[in-house]
Amino acid sequence: MIIRVVLPAHLRTLARVDGEVKLDLEGPATQRAVLDALEAAYPMLRGTIRDQATQQRRAFLRFFACEEDLSNESPDTPLPAAVANGAEPLLVVGAMAGG
Amino acid sequence: MSSVRVLVGTRKGAFILTADGKRQHWDISGPHFGGWEMYHLKGSPADPNRIYASQSSSWFGQVIQRSSDGGKTWEAVGNKFAYDGPTGTHLWYDGTQRPWEFARVWHLEPTPTDPDTVYAGIQDAALFRTTDGGQTWQELPGLRNHPSAPAWQPGAGGMCLHTILLDPSHPDRIFIAISAAGVFRSDDAGKTWRPMNRGLRSEQIPDPTAEVGHCVHRIAMHPTRPNVLFMQKHWDVMRSDDAGETWKDVGGNLPTDFGFPIDVHAHEPETIYVVPIKSDSEHYLPDGKLRVYRSRTGGHEWEALTRGLPQSHCYVNVLRDAMAVDALEPCGVYFGTTGGQVYASADAGDSWAPIVRDLPSVVSVEVQSLP
Repeated sequence: MIIRVVLPAHLRTLARVDGEVKLDLEGPATQRAVLDALEAAYPMLRGTIRDQATQQRRAFLRFFACEEDLSNESPDTPLPAAVANGAEPLLVVGAMAGG
Repeated sequence: MSSVRVLVGTRKGAFILTADGKRQHWDISGPHFGGWEMYHLKGSPADPNRIYASQSSSWFGQVIQRSSDGGKTWEAVGNKFAYDGPTGTHLWYDGTQRPWEFARVWHLEPTPTDPDTVYAGIQDAALFRTTDGGQTWQELPGLRNHPSAPAWQPGAGGMCLHTILLDPSHPDRIFIAISAAGVFRSDDAGKTWRPMNRGLRSEQIPDPTAEVGHCVHRIAMHPTRPNVLFMQKHWDVMRSDDAGETWKDVGGNLPTDFGFPIDVHAHEPETIYVVPIKSDSEHYLPDGKLRVYRSRTGGHEWEALTRGLPQSHCYVNVLRDAMAVDALEPCGVYFGTTGGQVYASADAGDSWAPIVRDLPSVVSVEVQSLP
């Protein structure tokens, strides 16, 4: 299945991608599986979305999809069906914080 | 003709400033990595086209960038800085103990002979090294496991290892400095460490002459005379003539001995530079005047260098890693301000001119002297 991921602008620049990232995923579509596939395809993103040691989501990032905030879901919870079937993207969003 | 390349890290990106040996007309490239905090960029002495950069962000954490063509193109390399073994705890601002936690890379120090071997000083304070050009980083844990580590505490900017000096005449000797722990020296390539803070006096800690706990802002050495070290401490400008074993105050006639950077003339080991700052609670220049102070006597006697620098209504700061000297003749001196100016002197400080005036707040300045 093809999963669509929208990265914040700074991470698109870092990964040298334009627009959405499309990931070919085997097995259940979860946050963990998507981020594993994303980091495998774009190793420079390791550590920028989740901590390399703890695998915790970085504090100023959020995961949205289908107009829902999935940030505090378990990384192993299945993503919404619309994300899993590619109808909707998983949004990685930088928090609205100053600086 | 020789040329220089000035590497500038700012709060919102990196800039590369280049000029020929006259150092009068500058090309400015950047912002590179716009929007990211660029704590430090430094070139390899063994291969000047190899440059390493510390890129970080509150949102996205730490990235290390590497260039192999003098900063024209970059690639992200390894950014995993995992402490080696149990991290233990250190003193926190409120007096409690707090576990070590990686925040960012403050300083990158490529080694003199191998472009792939680089030391990294990080927050929370620890020393890392890569031997594969930045792909992987390993901690030298002897420093963080020093028995005094639970008494180390963060300065206002965090508990950072901000200075790494490699002794050119003793390849196994490394000096580092931590805010606020002080100076440490290793004579066995980083396996074991000794505090080197005898003679420092800090009224801000319970025992002003404690073995550790001093807020050392910067140390500097001339490569031909590595037993002589100069220090800008939180307050006090200090000098050691015995490789850090003992220190004495050489602040002399400075208008204030608070400040951040200190550096040594490339060809005159007794000529040193500081930028006095009014106080630790004000963090701006005294009297609204931007004055670099130069001592040609290794301290004690200082002269104000003002030609070309603003002498009224100037209230910027110059951070600890934001001053550098080139190896040309005469020696060039460079510094960047929190107001976004980068000033250069092509005559060892006698006169100054801005290379660029309106960058984001400058965090670090390094210079490469190119053939």
